[in-house]
Amino acid sequence: MTAEILLQSVISGILMGFVYALIAAGLSLIFGLMEIVNFAHGEFLMLAMFGAFWGWALWSVDPLLSLPLTTLALFVLGVLTYKGIIRWILGGPMLAQIFATFGLAIFLRSAAQFLFGVDFRLIQNPWVQGRISLGGLFIGLPQLTASAAALAAFAGLYWFLRRTETGLALQATAQDRQAAALMGINTERMFALGWGIGSACVGVAGSLLAIFFYVFPDVGATFALLAYVTVALGGFGNVPATLLAGVIVGLVEVLGGMLIAPAFKYAIVFLLYLLVVLIRPQGLFGKF
Amino acid sequence: MAKWITGGLALLVLLALPALVTRPHHRHVLIMIFLYAMLATAWNILAGYCGQISLGHAIFFGLGAYTSTTLVKQAALSPWIGMAAGAVVAVVVSQAIGFPVFRLRGHYFAIATIALGEIVQTLLINWDWIGGARGVFIPIRRPDSFVHFQFNESKQNYYYIALAMFALALLVTRLLERSRAGYYFRAIREDQEAAASLGINVARSKQLAMAISAGLTALGGTFYAQYILFIDPESVLSLSLSILICLVAVLGGVGTLWGPLLGAAVLVPLSEGTRVLLGGGGKALDLLIYGGLIVLISVAQPGGLMALLRRARGDAHQLGLGAPSRPRLGHDKP
Repeated sequence: MTAEILLQSVISGILMGFVYALIAAGLSLIFGLMEIVNFAHGEFLMLAMFGAFWGWALWSVDPLLSLPLTTLALFVLGVLTYKGIIRWILGGPMLAQIFATFGLAIFLRSAAQFLFGVDFRLIQNPWVQGRISLGGLFIGLPQLTASAAALAAFAGLYWFLRRTETGLALQATAQDRQAAALMGINTERMFALGWGIGSACVGVAGSLLAIFFYVFPDVGATFALLAYVTVALGGFGNVPATLLAGVIVGLVEVLGGMLIAPAFKYAIVFLLYLLVVLIRPQGLFGKF
Repeated sequence: MAKWITGGLALLVLLALPALVTRPHHRHVLIMIFLYAMLATAWNILAGYCGQISLGHAIFFGLGAYTSTTLVKQAALSPWIGMAAGAVVAVVVSQAIGFPVFRLRGHYFAIATIALGEIVQTLLINWDWIGGARGVFIPIRRPDSFVHFQFNESKQNYYYIALAMFALALLVTRLLERSRAGYYFRAIREDQEAAASLGINVARSKQLAMAISAGLTALGGTFYAQYILFIDPESVLSLSLSILICLVAVLGGVGTLWGPLLGAAVLVPLSEGTRVLLGGGGKALDLLIYGGLIVLISVAQPGGLMALLRRARGDAHQLGLGAPSRPRLGHDKP
């Protein structure tokens, strides 16, 4: 194995890592707010990817152009999920909390399968394609674009959480629901907003992934599992830390796949999850 | 007294059912109902009674299927011996898994079981000696033989075996319900700290629930292998199988004795029915309905169909489900 291949893998790991981070940020945000894991997060991503795909297939709109609309649609989906399902199970048993979103995941996945079939679809001739070469290293332009845009979206999310009043209110609600309510924050609205933003994250990520990744009903499953690992690594509820965690997951995936065996790359990532939650349950960086 | 008469009559009907239901497909539906009822009953012991929501039970199912099949193929042993061996392997593995994973709670535990399931599936996909990703065909034996656990002329015997396995799982659950261990399980489900403070060895109780649950699930795995005569990691170890097992119990009523059977009696015919109507074709209409039902049940009545039945009968019994989680001020520790 040459240093070139290693470097090539590291770069692709980091590029994917930023996209993983954005997906995980949405999950982490929701968990931080109300300690609920959205098991349908991957299916939200899948819907976003299908949204991007159909925009291209029916009206030849590039995923990058339809991105704002897809993101908005996912925001609405998140808010509706909160209003229609999550609100009713907040005080319920753990079992209901897990299976409500699990049921939603199965529902959405099967609905996509029912409507669109199980075929793998790929967007042909997107705006960005091809690759650039940097001293013998090749970087796919779609991957680079997706990665940069994901990073920008992550930065936007960070700015929103840290610098805007609504973002601060969101964080306050995450820290202490009752105290936030006493300070005059409408926690109900914050929860709905959290679900909207959390889902909007996969709206962005899905549009970006659709440029270079196959779109099919099961596509969300793998990304969701990776997102759980990322969230655990960053610390459940710690949104900024998911950025680094995402990069670590991306690196472990490619390097594990390369150094051990490609077939085991996800198994290695899952092993990482087990190690993290057992040895350092608060994640690598603790709470923010 | 009336209870015994009803029970006796129900048993007679179940035993006589193959005489009434003669079409192979209908018998297949019955077999699947009892297989899934049995698996969900086994899952229910750990998740429903002890409150540890495992989303990786396919591990034990797959171990049961693979252990017996490997013994049949490599050592020409009877699947019945393989069934016992599979249960032993599953129990041993469950204890090894439980030791670290039971330190986790709630969502952390659930996700950890998903991760473990994926790891085990990946390992078996890449283990060529036992068939790898291609899977294993179990050689067909003629004539039908009890020793070889193969009945290719009539599904009747498979029906009785599935029924017997379900009865076993039911019996174990019933005995547990009234035993000291069973009370420990429920105490842990309701409030782990309170249970521990009363002197219950929480770790040991969870391991016991896991062992019983895993052993029973493995029996189902061997049965499946001998019934379908083909296994591969996708069919016996996938996350979707783990989830299907949970869905049956959740729909019927988690933490209740009869919930799993009720859930299976609704879901299996639904699945087979939509398959017949739509001719398969990967349309997943059955899962679409499952998913919708599970969301509805979780939101409207987390106690499942059993709770609805009880409410309809005006029964003031406890619903058998964990109390609503206490309002949480800070963050949950895993």
